[in-house]
Amino acid sequence: MSASGVAIALNEVAKAWPGGGARIGPLNLEIAAGQFVALIGGSGCGKTTTLKMINGLVAPDAGAVTVAGRTTGAEAGHLLRRRIGYVFQEVGLFPHLTVAENIAIGPRLAAWSGQRTADRIAELLELVSLPRELAARLPAALSGGQRQRVGLARALAAEPAIMLMDEPFGALDPLVREALGAEYRALHERLGLTTVMVTHDVAEALVLADRVLVMEAGTIRADGTPVALLAVRDDAAVQALMEAPRRQARRLEALAAEAEAGHE
Amino acid sequence: MNDRIAAAAALLPDYLSQHVLLSLAALIAGLAVSLPLAIWASRSPAIRWPSLFAASLVQTIPSLALLALFYPLLLAISALSVRWLGVGFPALGFAPSFLALTLYSMLPILRNGVTGLTGVDPAVIEAADGMGMTGRQRLFQVELPLAAPVIMAGIRTSAVWTIGAATLATPVGQTSLGNYIFSGLQTENWVSVLFGCVASAVLALCADQLLGLIESGLGRRSGWRIWTGAIGLCLGAAVCLSPLASRASGPVYRIGAKNFSEQYILAQLMARRLEAGGARVAIRDDLGSATIYRALAAGEIDAYVDYSGTLWANVLGRPDNPGRAAVLKGLTAELARRDRVLVLGPLGFENAYALAMTEARAHALRIASLDDLAAHAPSLTLGSDLEFLSRPEWKSVRTAYRLAFAKTVSYQPTFMYAALTSGEADVISAFSSDGRIAADHLVVLTDPRHALPPYDAVVLISPQRAHDQRLLAALRPLIGAIDVATMRAANYSVDRADGKASPAEAAARLDAGLKTGAARPR
Repeated sequence: MSASGVAIALNEVAKAWPGGGARIGPLNLEIAAGQFVALIGGSGCGKTTTLKMINGLVAPDAGAVTVAGRTTGAEAGHLLRRRIGYVFQEVGLFPHLTVAENIAIGPRLAAWSGQRTADRIAELLELVSLPRELAARLPAALSGGQRQRVGLARALAAEPAIMLMDEPFGALDPLVREALGAEYRALHERLGLTTVMVTHDVAEALVLADRVLVMEAGTIRADGTPVALLAVRDDAAVQALMEAPRRQARRLEALAAEAEAGHE
Repeated sequence: MNDRIAAAAALLPDYLSQHVLLSLAALIAGLAVSLPLAIWASRSPAIRWPSLFAASLVQTIPSLALLALFYPLLLAISALSVRWLGVGFPALGFAPSFLALTLYSMLPILRNGVTGLTGVDPAVIEAADGMGMTGRQRLFQVELPLAAPVIMAGIRTSAVWTIGAATLATPVGQTSLGNYIFSGLQTENWVSVLFGCVASAVLALCADQLLGLIESGLGRRSGWRIWTGAIGLCLGAAVCLSPLASRASGPVYRIGAKNFSEQYILAQLMARRLEAGGARVAIRDDLGSATIYRALAAGEIDAYVDYSGTLWANVLGRPDNPGRAAVLKGLTAELARRDRVLVLGPLGFENAYALAMTEARAHALRIASLDDLAAHAPSLTLGSDLEFLSRPEWKSVRTAYRLAFAKTVSYQPTFMYAALTSGEADVISAFSSDGRIAADHLVVLTDPRHALPPYDAVVLISPQRAHDQRLLAALRPLIGAIDVATMRAANYSVDRADGKASPAEAAARLDAGLKTGAARPR
């Protein structure tokens, strides 16, 4: 962690895709170590590209991205990525490797000893609440929720300080999604991680994150704690976005009350 | 029947080992080229289309032609290499077969490689990149293992193709299981043809099954399948190749033969005489009549029998016909001067191109000479061998007698005789020393205008062996020792349908006759 306590900094970062598509930036942003940041906004607003500029999978056209005090591009991208955990919706488990072998990828790239890797695999399976018997299975034999837990364990394996997550729980059914979200939030605290999570689900962002960034057309439209954003009154678009889950909740409450009344 | 199978089986160790060596080498080289190319093409669409197109284009060339084309190509490259570097290399035999088959083996590996590598789930690629794998780690730890079953299926297809196409290496002078097929076809030895087909099919099938085992092992992550397949392949290859290791060393005389019975018999006869003197001999069967002389001049074979008229017209490009003695004398002087090729001398018989008809048909139409034939030609069909119609002799006969046939059809020599007796052809371009002329009751039409040059069978020696006393001593007794009746009888013993002899047996009989003096012309 850098002395200033800033884990990730974006300074005047811009990216344009050829063919006159979406433009991103200029973005200016500092994320403190230990923060849980959610990046929300409509599709095509630049959330995923912003995430990939942080771990160097996408190089910015202009500006500087600094991760843990080091400017990306100053070192080979793959070395940077080995220090950052990466989780995404499709998970991308290696289908030809067992659960244990998938989790061992990061430690192997970091040249850990066999014993240390084996201990770590056992520890991680417990951490993400997976039974040990699954270690020898191939990904094809797992449920969707189990797969995402393995994906999470794999991302955490080499003990990264920073986690980048792109719609990590998007493909899961609601109950698994809620449970896994809460479990991850607990892990974030326990392991002292810095997390940037891209999601299109406003409620998920508000419930899990310390800080929510609302992106629109490649720029940051609003930035604040969930409480602050819920209090926004001077920006109709942000206000409407924050209203949406509550509107839904009120409608559900009403339906539930009706159901209660029907029982009586 | 049983001795013919036994005779074929005796040749198996040699043919099979050469066949396996050739296919294996071509397959490994094909893999070494096309796998990296597939990796490159899977990453760069700019490479993908041209490389797949080129590999497909190679497949559209008939494999026999592809093999044949490498001979002149290598000959030209070898000539350049001699000029610039002072060293040449053989343009016949292993080299052209290997190169052609390597090209031929590439398409399935390349196509499956590209399909397998581009078909890897993009999420898996993103995960590999996101975890910090380098491009090389991603390739070897993720992409290649995932594409392996598809790539293996390509290798499997390629192996079957290559083993099958390797039978076509015989005409460019590389021994293979194709020797059974080509020689058997010429001598109507169907047992030999079938033996060659079955041997090559069994070989292809075994390779296919073992590679298939590896393929399914890769797909199911089953170690024992992969190892059983791999060990089976290695053992099989080792067993097939073992005869190569036990070959004795020492100088080998290479005797060439064109693709018909008389040539097989004479090559066997020369080989027998050399072997009787303790020399080791390799016979290169089924060489094309255009390439065989160049192979001799380039020193790739040491001796073979050719015919004076063929050399006169095709090698020296002479359109005239000064008579039998003058042609022989001119040839001896000119070939020695031009190519340093030694004409050892004539064997004592002619094997001329001669137009022949069945006795019955010739009598019915009252045709005895080519002059008589000219009047009837517009209503007749000419059956020829595969090369006669493109040879200068045909041009000269056609102009001299103003021949215009209703139709011309080309056949393998064996089928040409069958076409005449069955009535599909009225006239054929026969060979005067062919045993079937007497056996099938054919009439050879006379040539009053001397349009066809003389065709004395002559023994030719390569420049490198022109002073090899062992070779000359072994072959000299053959000069002037075989008359046309003897040769016809020997040819017919091989060509006849029932109770046929192998070329080696016919050569043994001929050799025995020479020793007792029975075969000497009166």
